[in-house]
Amino acid sequence: MKEGLGHASHLFRMAGLFVVGLVLFLVVRSLLVPADFGKYGHFRAGALADNREKPVVYAGRQACTDCHDEAVTRKAAGAHAGIGCETCHGALAAHADDPAAGKPQRPDPRVTCLVCHERNAGKPSWFKVIVVEEHAPSGPCADCHAPHSPAVG
Amino acid sequence: MDSARRNFVAASGKLLLLTPVAAAALDWVLAGEPEKAPGYALDDHWWAFTIDIARCIGCGSCVRACKTENHVPLEPYYFRTWVERYRVKGADEEHPQVDSPDGAYNGFPVLPAAPDEKSFFVPKLCNHCAHSPCVQVCPVGATFESPDGVVLVDKSYCLGCRYCVQACPYGCRYIHPETMTADKCTLCYHRITRGLTTACAENCPSGARRLADLKDPKDPIHAFLRENAIQVLKPQMATGSKCYYKDLDGAVR
Ligand code: HEC
Ligand code: HEC
Ligand code: HEC
Ligand code: HEC
Repeated sequence: MKEGLGHASHLFRMAGLFVVGLVLFLVVRSLLVPADFGKYGHFRAGALADNREKPVVYAGRQACTDCHDEAVTRKAAGAHAGIGCETCHGALAAHADDPAAGKPQRPDPRVTCLVCHERNAGKPSWFKVIVVEEHAPSGPCADCHAPHSPAVG
Repeated sequence: MDSARRNFVAASGKLLLLTPVAAAALDWVLAGEPEKAPGYALDDHWWAFTIDIARCIGCGSCVRACKTENHVPLEPYYFRTWVERYRVKGADEEHPQVDSPDGAYNGFPVLPAAPDEKSFFVPKLCNHCAHSPCVQVCPVGATFESPDGVVLVDKSYCLGCRYCVQACPYGCRYIHPETMTADKCTLCYHRITRGLTTACAENCPSGARRLADLKDPKDPIHAFLRENAIQVLKPQMATGSKCYYKDLDGAVR
């Protein structure tokens, strides 16, 4: 009997080591893996919040309606109705939040327009384009087209 | 980001940009329990994106807006979204000429119109796949499909091993040169969870790009999918792409 146990003792030692190893693994794992890991899947749930916490840079066209009635109604009536204000004016969340912080620069009334309207390969046929050297070689496009409602006449 | 800086950004961002209700919602978000926030419920959304090829005028406004909104470095030329121009000569659908200088950040160089040529623009971005290859290869759970259908990166977990960059069949990932972690389109997660659209869709002048919510029965995407010829990129890869293209030419890969 004693002989038999003696032969098996190395198995118990192994089992002991195994248990110690397992406990160690569980302790280390619980220290390293954040509590919210696995809540929604194989990732840290807090990463959702990390991805949300960034501040917004473009206020969105809705924001401008609070204060710029005239530009808003003007634009809504013309061909540029679908264009967001900040597409031409640049990101203005800081301005929409605190207009006193500084007056936004006016976009160049020539460069701005050509970004979209110059004739080029790839433009769909419904979109109205010009060849700038023929249409208006120099000067601001805004001399003839109001940027917020560009139809002439 | 160290926690002092993060707290500062969070606190000032909250005060600057949010109404009190939204600020209260953000507290839940920051506590890691966004589903409890009053304004936004994870379970109520399944985000997707639609692109109408015939509406795209190739102005590059989306590319510029994306870099600005998400502080993507101007150079080197990494992009979360970019626009390609395809030109197909005659019947040669298999050999389109594609250009996308600087991702169309500055628009496209003027090319003379060729009468025997078909040309069009193709905006590209992360397809927010439902079965993303990039998520499958991540060894540490640093990138994942969120419960509301957006593929995101956990910057604090990412090792920068680049597996995901190689796994994405659409080339939508890169290693951010400052953080040295994987970076990609988040579908402007910080905007869409506050009721705004993405920066690219906000600044698309022609409605070619639209954010869509498949769980919202009133979203125009349902009619868009029903009434048009729709294609996703590389359907043979079974990625479950949720970026739906209308009138996409077969020359596009
Ligand atoms: C809270 C009110 C408010 C909101 C919201 C707001 N603005 Fe303004 N904006 C002002 C005020 C006030 C001024 C005048 C500032 C000055 O003169 O110093 C101004 C000036 C401007 C100017 C310069 C006008 C000029 O005469 O050159 C532009 C352009 C402009 N805003 C665009 C926008 C856009 C685009 C938005 C939406 C993203 C917006 N603003 C949102 C109040 C607002
Ligand atoms: C197509 C491009 C474009 C869009 C879209 C646009 N603007 Fe403008 N906006 C301009 C340009 C160009 C000027 C400068 C005109 C000039 O200097 O003669 C301007 C001038 C202004 C000014 C100052 C002068 C004025 O006419 O009142 C305000 C304020 C303004 N924009 C607000 C807005 C708001 C608000 C919206 C959205 C409803 C908007 N803009 C959309 C191009 C645009
Ligand atoms: C971001 C792109 C963009 C910019 C910048 C832009 N436009 Fe437009 N413009 C459009 C789109 C899109 C339409 C057509 C809308 C439609 O037909 O659905 C349009 C239409 C027009 C039209 C046709 C008007 C009509 O009644 O049919 C004119 C003229 C025009 N724009 C002039 C200008 C001028 C001048 C500027 C500069 C102040 C400018 N655009 C800046 C996108 C732009
Ligand atoms: C001297 C006045 C004048 C100037 C300056 C001017 N335009 Fe025009 N533009 C017109 C008139 C008039 C029309 C409408 C008649 C027509 O279709 O040619 C027009 C039409 C357009 C159209 C619509 C073309 C179409 O196919 O219907 C676009 C786009 C346009 N202009 C853009 C611009 C841009 C961009 C600039 C600046 C580079 C500019 N315009 C400068 C007078 C002007």
